[in-house]
Amino acid sequence: MNNSVESRDTSNPLLVVQEVNKSFGGLTALSRVSLQIQSNEIFGLIGPNGAGKTTLFNIITGLYSADGGEVNLAGQALLRCKPHVIVQHGLARTFQNIRLFANMTALENVMVGRHVRTHRGVVGAIMRNTSTRKEESAIRAQALQLLDEVDLATAAEHLAKHLSYGDQRRLEIARALATEPKLLALDEPAAGMNPSETLDLQQLLRKIRASGITILLIEHDMRLVMQLCDRIAVLDYGKKIAEGSPAHVQQHPLVIEAYLGGNLA
Amino acid sequence: MRPGLNKLQTGWHALQRDRRSVVITWLALGLILACLPFLTELSLGRSWVRILDFTLLYIMLALGLNIVVGYAGLLDLGYIAFYAVGAYLYALLASPQFGLHWPVWAILPLGALVAGVFGVLLGAPTLKLRGDYLAIVTLGFGEIVRIFLNNLNTPYNITNGPQGISQIDPIQIGGIDLHQTQHLLTLTIPSTHLYYYLFLIFTLLIIFVSIRLQDSRIGRAWIAIREDEVAASAMGINTRNIKLLAFAMGASFGGISGGLFAGFQGFISPESFTLFESIIVLCMIVLGGMGNIAGVILGAILLTIFPEALRYLGEWQQLLLGRVWVDPNDLRLLIFGLALVLSMIFHPAGLLPSTRRARELHARRSILAQEQDSLYEQQR
Amino acid sequence: MDIFSQQLINGLVLGSIYALIALGYTMVYGILGLINFAHGEITMFGAMVSLAILHALLLHTGLPTAMIFALALLGAIGFCMALGFSIERVAYRPLRNAPRLAPLITAIGMSIVLQNTAMLIWGKKFLSFPDIIPIQRYQIAGANITNLQVAIIVLAIVLMLGLWTLIQRSRLGRAMRATAQSPELAALMGINPNRIISATFMLGAALAAIAGIMVNAYYGPAHYTMGFMLGLKAFTAAVLGGIGNIAGAMLGGLVLGLIESFGAGYISQLSGGFMGSNYQSVFAFTVLIIILVFRPSGLLGERVGERV
Repeated sequence: MNNSVESRDTSNPLLVVQEVNKSFGGLTALSRVSLQIQSNEIFGLIGPNGAGKTTLFNIITGLYSADGGEVNLAGQALLRCKPHVIVQHGLARTFQNIRLFANMTALENVMVGRHVRTHRGVVGAIMRNTSTRKEESAIRAQALQLLDEVDLATAAEHLAKHLSYGDQRRLEIARALATEPKLLALDEPAAGMNPSETLDLQQLLRKIRASGITILLIEHDMRLVMQLCDRIAVLDYGKKIAEGSPAHVQQHPLVIEAYLGGNLA
Repeated sequence: MRPGLNKLQTGWHALQRDRRSVVITWLALGLILACLPFLTELSLGRSWVRILDFTLLYIMLALGLNIVVGYAGLLDLGYIAFYAVGAYLYALLASPQFGLHWPVWAILPLGALVAGVFGVLLGAPTLKLRGDYLAIVTLGFGEIVRIFLNNLNTPYNITNGPQGISQIDPIQIGGIDLHQTQHLLTLTIPSTHLYYYLFLIFTLLIIFVSIRLQDSRIGRAWIAIREDEVAASAMGINTRNIKLLAFAMGASFGGISGGLFAGFQGFISPESFTLFESIIVLCMIVLGGMGNIAGVILGAILLTIFPEALRYLGEWQQLLLGRVWVDPNDLRLLIFGLALVLSMIFHPAGLLPSTRRARELHARRSILAQEQDSLYEQQR
Repeated sequence: MDIFSQQLINGLVLGSIYALIALGYTMVYGILGLINFAHGEITMFGAMVSLAILHALLLHTGLPTAMIFALALLGAIGFCMALGFSIERVAYRPLRNAPRLAPLITAIGMSIVLQNTAMLIWGKKFLSFPDIIPIQRYQIAGANITNLQVAIIVLAIVLMLGLWTLIQRSRLGRAMRATAQSPELAALMGINPNRIISATFMLGAALAAIAGIMVNAYYGPAHYTMGFMLGLKAFTAAVLGGIGNIAGAMLGGLVLGLIESFGAGYISQLSGGFMGSNYQSVFAFTVLIIILVFRPSGLLGERVGERV
């Protein structure tokens, strides 16, 4: 932390992670990690394998509980919230090892994402009254719209498990967007994509940011990270070793050491 | 608009053009269902109309369990307990046992409600359990209910113990006693037929509710939980409440069919609510095609009718082998078990898998897939 | 007579038997992720076959009783191993990659088939164990204990230690553990998973056969339906201990046996006379539910809660 150059304006952070600790058994996965993500930026989180990126991710999104520290999203404390409550507060995520609803269609996957912003219950479902029908057709329309935005409109009726790897990644993004997040957290969205798919992804993420959504990105593809992110934090052995602009991070001695002459672009 | 959307819309128009043939199909089906008890009596005899009545009861039960297992993916091996709750509630409120004689329209909704509450009671402690742990706890719950029914005759006689409760009031609707043969113009309608129509109405209602739930926000949430609970909660689904809702809905279907069963039989005892019954209902939905309403109905029909048809084994032996070698009653279950094994080997996803093809629990496979993923990660 | 020590002994005997059967469930589950519902029926066949051999040899030969008993034991074990092997081949192997509930249904089907086959062979009568074991009673700490009870507990402990050694030390055990971890990787290491799976079924069946004989000799007559409840209880024990975990099955069996036995002894006092010993199973299942609520993966099961 002390080695990183304090970055730009910190007056309006969307997500504040403060001194988060986590250990599994005797193994320290995260030690006093702090970050701030500003509204409407694309924030990259990188680090070698096992650095604790996904652990931090799972703590922020409520799947793991932290041993200590604080996480705030737009002033809302997130720690100790159930995952579904965190989504309500405006944080949606994707998974490193794609977790779609495999036997549902692409369209249905995205429609599930609308769950948290819609309200009709059992009685409405059985009676199918006007308000339920309205809500249902709105869900469908919005889901189709989102599929269209990620270029999957033609695959709407395909089962998620039959989609190609890249399509599944984009479907996961569409499903997360359906929850109307303030912050979209992506866990290695380019993993397994070929270069042209990665390029499309880059454009998609820019488009999403342009629509006013902040993005937190874990990624191994350094070229993508360096081209896309406004700021980057680097984790190594559960500690943040650097934070700042791509150029700053690339020059950082600790980062270079951590990657040991790795393929840092 | 992309081509995909256009295709969807053309599909919808084609569907509407087909409306007329759809209407004709439904009319024909309705006519068959209306005449079925009379046709059955003519061809197979009165006892088969009774079997028809039971088939409808099992369809209701299977559709209820389908919500819990088929939609929400919660393996429930104690489902018959809710059937028991509905049946005993009816028996206690409409029999000489306590001298109460409530009308059926009051008991059935109450039965659905009480069974639903039992569903939540069962569901609440099991929310964190997965797969087979859930199975054993639900199984235990079913056994607990049955043992209580069996023993609640001392020190206070509530359930009359193993003897069960008899002389239960028949179902009466608008002054019509369904236990009595009724006359409509020139038509004579025996009691079994009357119950058939009543059960048919309830079955259609439950099918309707199942379809409506399946295509709703709640239904999607159930299926999402079945497919991947972690992902479902990461999509903002309150998995606790949605699971409890599945337990409650499934249980209330069981409660209603239990009440109908008690009124129909006039006698119930704990013997009707054993673990074996729970297992058979589970077999119905897996055999037919879990999560698919038509499949579940088919499964219920086959597994109710098939064991009854096997009662003719004696006659067939006589016919084919010259004499009855083995008591048909001793062979029935054996052949039933064999049929279960064979049909699963040849149709592992059920006879009528869901229209969205294999919408089933692929637990083992997905674990393997994840392992391959993590291997892949390590290699990178 | 001291109720506590008496129930302790009864519980240990019952628990040993549950543990032996539970091992079969848990080993199969550990490797295939499958509830082998027909396992209780294998126990029943163990009892039935040993009885058939005993009666035949006692009636038609003049062999010494101990030898006849040994032959019956070996015969039952051999038969059950063959049965376990065949069940896996016929009912489970074709469904190796099927949806998860499909093999559960074939298992139920197999269980029904086996039960009714036994009924066709041995009829519906209760078949008692011949009077070949001279029972001796001892007094320990105010409780009665018989030589048969001691034998059951000792034999069960020996078998469990043997199994533990087999799994931890032998080549077969190593291969079993590897296959349980990952069938694909085990196959890459040159292990034939089909052979390991067959061996697992046979091993479990052998233990079940012995348990079946114990039940028959100690608790009373054999019946074609006896396997169902036994299997259910043993499965409960396996889950209680943490299914897939060998030590868990042993512990779960003992705990369940003790719970049931103490439940039977004390439930009346606990409920103020409202519940009699016929609520024994209610007590057992309630304890099971409570344990699982606090330890959702059983007593020794892996904590899966935090793995995403």
